[in-house]
Amino acid sequence: MSLRSPLGRVLGLGTAKDGTSHWWGQRVSGIALAVLGLWFAWCLATMSGFSYAEAVAFISRPVNALLLLLLSVTMAYHSYLGVQVVIEDYVHSHGLKTASLLLSRYAHIVLAAAAVFAILKLGIGA
Amino acid sequence: MNNHERPLSPHLSIYRWPVTMATSILHRATGVGMAVGFIVLVGWLFDAASGPDVYAKFLAVMDSTIGCVLLVGLSYAFFFHLANGIRHLVWDTGRGLEKEQATASAWYVIVASIVLTAAFWWVAS
Repeated sequence: MSLRSPLGRVLGLGTAKDGTSHWWGQRVSGIALAVLGLWFAWCLATMSGFSYAEAVAFISRPVNALLLLLLSVTMAYHSYLGVQVVIEDYVHSHGLKTASLLLSRYAHIVLAAAAVFAILKLGIGA
Repeated sequence: MNNHERPLSPHLSIYRWPVTMATSILHRATGVGMAVGFIVLVGWLFDAASGPDVYAKFLAVMDSTIGCVLLVGLSYAFFFHLANGIRHLVWDTGRGLEKEQATASAWYVIVASIVLTAAFWWVAS
């Protein structure tokens, strides 16, 4: 016998009210990052050098710019989900926890925006 | 109420660390490390977009001793988090959760992370 209401069972959201979306989002972005991360690691290892000209040439190549966009946005999302859990686990004071979570969310959005802006500027403008 | 005489349940400091405990906390530590790595990645992209003068400063920081230690650490964090992340995905399918299997896969992950990091720097150099 279950004490859950029929509505609660259908919604399947549990006590945290967000169901499996956090867990699932972490898996989906994690699989994508395994591929994108290995591609980027391979690019870094085989790059001829890291001078300004070499870096700009690498980032502005269309295929690289596209994959770097995907990498940056996916990494921001995956990192946000992970850091959120770390904060929730270790920061116990309610006020500090809320402030840390807000700060982390804003910081990840700023970083993602900075990456997207930089890639587009080099990929389209330069 | 006096709680001092009550027995405490055993916690982290009591156990001899099994390797699975080490990989568990390392997954979190390397995950936080990759969050720092994300800042470095964005710094690289943004400084490149900001022009040669700003980019030169980024290169100077990464070429310093602290920068090199950071980059080697980040490369290890990436490969550990990648290998152990795949271990987590296998667990998600319900496989490999027996104690002996989890201990064996923990060692596979540790060896793989070291080999991949060494291979990365070998290809890079």
